[in-house]
Amino acid sequence: MPAFSCAFPGYRRDLLVIVFVVFVGIGLHVEASAPAYPSHGTEGSHLTNITNTKKTFPVLAVNYQHVRKPFEIALWILLALLMKLGFHLIPRLSGVVPESCLLIVVGLLVGGLIKVIGEEPPVLDSQLFFLCLLPPIILDAGYFLPIRPFTENVGTILVFAVIGTLWNAFFMGGLLYALCQIESVGLSGVDLLACLLFGSIVSAVDPVAVLAVFEEIHINELVHILVFGESLLNDAVTVVLYNLFDEFSKVGTVTILDVFLGVVCFFVVSLGGILVGAIYGFLAAFTSRFTSHTRVIEPLFVFLYSYMAYLSSEMFHLSGIMALIACGVVMRPYVEANISHKSYTTTKYFLKMWSSVSETLIFIFLGVSTVAGPHAWNWTFVITTVILCLVSRVLGVIGLTFIINKFRIVKLTKKDQFIVAYGGLRGAIAFSLGYLLSNSHKMRNLFLTAIITVIFFTVFVQGMTIRPLVELLAVKKKKESKPSINEEIHTEFLDHLLTGVEGVCGHYGHYHWKEKLNRFNKTYVKRWLIAGENFKEPELIAFYRKMELKQAIMMVESGQLPSALPSTVSMQNIQPRVIPRVSKKQEEEIRRILRSNLQNNKQKMRSRSYSRHTLFDADEEDNVSEVRLRKTKMEMERRVSVMERRMSHYLTVPANRESPRPGVRRVRFESDNQVFSADSVPTVHFEQPSPPSTPDAVSLEEEVPKRPSLKADIEGPRGNASDNHQEELDYQRLARCLSDPGPNKDKEEDNPFMSC
Amino acid sequence: MGTLQSLSDEPEYRELAEKTGFSFEQIGILHKRFKQLSHNENTLRRADLDTIPDLACNPIRTQIIEAFFDKRNFHQNGDGTVEEISFEEFLVVMSHFRPPALNMTEEQREKVRREKLRFLFNMHNTDNDGTITLEEYRHVVEELLSRSGALGKETAKGIADAAMLEVASISMGHMEPDEFYEGITFEHFLKILKDIEIETRMNIRFLNMDTTTLCNRDSSSIR
Repeated sequence: MPAFSCAFPGYRRDLLVIVFVVFVGIGLHVEASAPAYPSHGTEGSHLTNITNTKKTFPVLAVNYQHVRKPFEIALWILLALLMKLGFHLIPRLSGVVPESCLLIVVGLLVGGLIKVIGEEPPVLDSQLFFLCLLPPIILDAGYFLPIRPFTENVGTILVFAVIGTLWNAFFMGGLLYALCQIESVGLSGVDLLACLLFGSIVSAVDPVAVLAVFEEIHINELVHILVFGESLLNDAVTVVLYNLFDEFSKVGTVTILDVFLGVVCFFVVSLGGILVGAIYGFLAAFTSRFTSHTRVIEPLFVFLYSYMAYLSSEMFHLSGIMALIACGVVMRPYVEANISHKSYTTTKYFLKMWSSVSETLIFIFLGVSTVAGPHAWNWTFVITTVILCLVSRVLGVIGLTFIINKFRIVKLTKKDQFIVAYGGLRGAIAFSLGYLLSNSHKMRNLFLTAIITVIFFTVFVQGMTIRPLVELLAVKKKKESKPSINEEIHTEFLDHLLTGVEGVCGHYGHYHWKEKLNRFNKTYVKRWLIAGENFKEPELIAFYRKMELKQAIMMVESGQLPSALPSTVSMQNIQPRVIPRVSKKQEEEIRRILRSNLQNNKQKMRSRSYSRHTLFDADEEDNVSEVRLRKTKMEMERRVSVMERRMSHYLTVPANRESPRPGVRRVRFESDNQVFSADSVPTVHFEQPSPPSTPDAVSLEEEVPKRPSLKADIEGPRGNASDNHQEELDYQRLARCLSDPGPNKDKEEDNPFMSC
Repeated sequence: MGTLQSLSDEPEYRELAEKTGFSFEQIGILHKRFKQLSHNENTLRRADLDTIPDLACNPIRTQIIEAFFDKRNFHQNGDGTVEEISFEEFLVVMSHFRPPALNMTEEQREKVRREKLRFLFNMHNTDNDGTITLEEYRHVVEELLSRSGALGKETAKGIADAAMLEVASISMGHMEPDEFYEGITFEHFLKILKDIEIETRMNIRFLNMDTTTLCNRDSSSIR
């Protein structure tokens, strides 16, 4: 990227990008019109054989039909991604205009190009949209949904999603019907049901658009989860209203029974969707319990079960979005406890990748469809729709917040309300639903036009202005904070404290039920769904281990701990008293173990083989360079050092440690100074200034993150793994004289950098 | 019964309301609860709180109960612990969990935040020396993880040590290898927890609801 920006100054770069767009667009069109070419290949040779006339063997032949469909699909996706790439190369642009707008513009351009050339531009097929493009985005959103803020605000979110959407639909539908009654508009043919149908399509806040815009403004967690949660949960309402009004408008009349059935249908759709999702979620969690021997396919289970949940619920006309969300939320804690770290990373990146591609494609297609679609323009109707959208949204939010604030502990301020109202963007779901309307609907074209206008308005105007408005109003932004162990401890502490005080008050509140759910989860559910013994592991420990693992990985990759706090504070400062004596014999043993381990690892790295069934760390495959070896040694040294010390080493980044003055109460590892210059086998020195006070102050025992998944990562050459294991046992035996043994001494010590 | 009582205790309630910020109904409900817990006496003892069934499975119940009898939480600059507390003191402790009002200035919010964090600090700082030492912190983490059996003991130490290190790094920045970090002072405590919005988190909903049904359920298990 930097090379590109250096090579091409300012405006030339922009020009280049535009020319690029045009070329790709034309290229796309050429391919689209290519079907005209017959395939010469095989036919020709057959004919020649039969007629026996001597013709030259066709060395090169074109057979486009053969590859047409996948070729076009791949080309479209490539176009989408190149566009995305292009935008980020133009720095000023991506800061001002949200990506979604740019993509729609690109879509417009491409659509326009295709039309100009005379071809029929492809429209966003509803089936393609609902079955292929939408699920990845929703799954990505649901799987990574921040649970705590979501559950804390679930009441508010539900009120906005259900009642807010209902209000929007009826308000808009009703007023538009009133508008159509006015003679001068010329739409007197439109009946109430059609208007209500239109209202229900346009009223739903769209998750794709919200995600696309809110991702870039980094607003505070509360508002983000409110708007986002609302956009996800209103799917049930939209589905019910849409089907309801669609049915009714065919029939023509509505009875009270129908209304009642509609309400029942709503509950069935939403709860059914959640149930289907939860079932698949539990299935996925249960399956992941057994995947310790086939790590490679773990991510696939996550994706496939979720997709099945979506399809199953769509099959029954239940809310597919809610099923996906429920599936992701339910399976996540268990699956993450079971799958390997690599699989977790793979899942995360695949989800992000697919959802990114989907989002890009959706917006581009939206642009293309705008150019393509049949339009029927009616100024009054369209303008009124846009205005009514805004008005009904604002009124709805204000009114509902007024009621909700009576029940909330943390009230929603005016600023929050404004962002919630302003962030109610409409997007591709509305368009697809409109597109799904059967052609017999006489107002279909008009509705489509109006929907597109609303979408354009919300995405362009609201999407572009929300960022400066957020700055202007000084709305609280999201805090970019590192996960801190102190915060985690206190979060859990607070949970218990508040549960306890609620108990003292005699009040069965929020925390009480949460505590009950946790207990139920721990005693019954986790037992079945989490592999191995780790279902007993409390959250705090899991969090701590995860953090350690992350830091360790970063440390090996970059050579130093990426700590934001340059500080020379180390464990000595906190615990100056220390150190039991290590006998000579023990020192020798330690040294021997380290040396042999190092050798082992050198061997391991050379004898690595790649097979489709076992995935080894790509780093190891690249192989033994001095740098790699050094990093390995560093890893070895890390294993020797005290668990608490690990943090201190990395924080201190000692370049030249002063030599210890006798009598100073310090512990010094020679490895301190050798962390970055590992050429010799690390030696362990202990200065013994005072008799050992607390034996556990220094622990040689390595409490490497013992995530269950890691231990099972040692696949392939079982021999090496057991050697490793043996060494770990040696370590631990040694260490026991110095400290209490770690909890999982029988489990294999896993080295995430060595064996996977 | 509830309304009759509140009418007769009006002047007392007013004073309490002013002191703690609760509304009259909330004070009435809490008074009912107090009487129920203390078996209609005027003072509450530790044993009374011990019998609450909900607290039985709470890992930090001892600390919670202690907090109610800790004079530092009575806002009277007192020190040490007492054996029994009156309703007023009960209310004062409870007031730490009141949500902040909607229209507060930044200064008031800061004050509320400090008050709540001071409550937490007192819970950790059992020997009242003004700092949370490593031992005290370890004790806190151990209690938190006490439900997880043997698994927790060793890791608790590690976690507490890591946390302490973090605090030291954040608050002290640079320390000579010879210096000793005594413990977490209140100011450091504020600093490390400033990202948890304590004023919005550390709240309980004191609804104006009638707790007689709950009272009956609880009382049957207490009696």
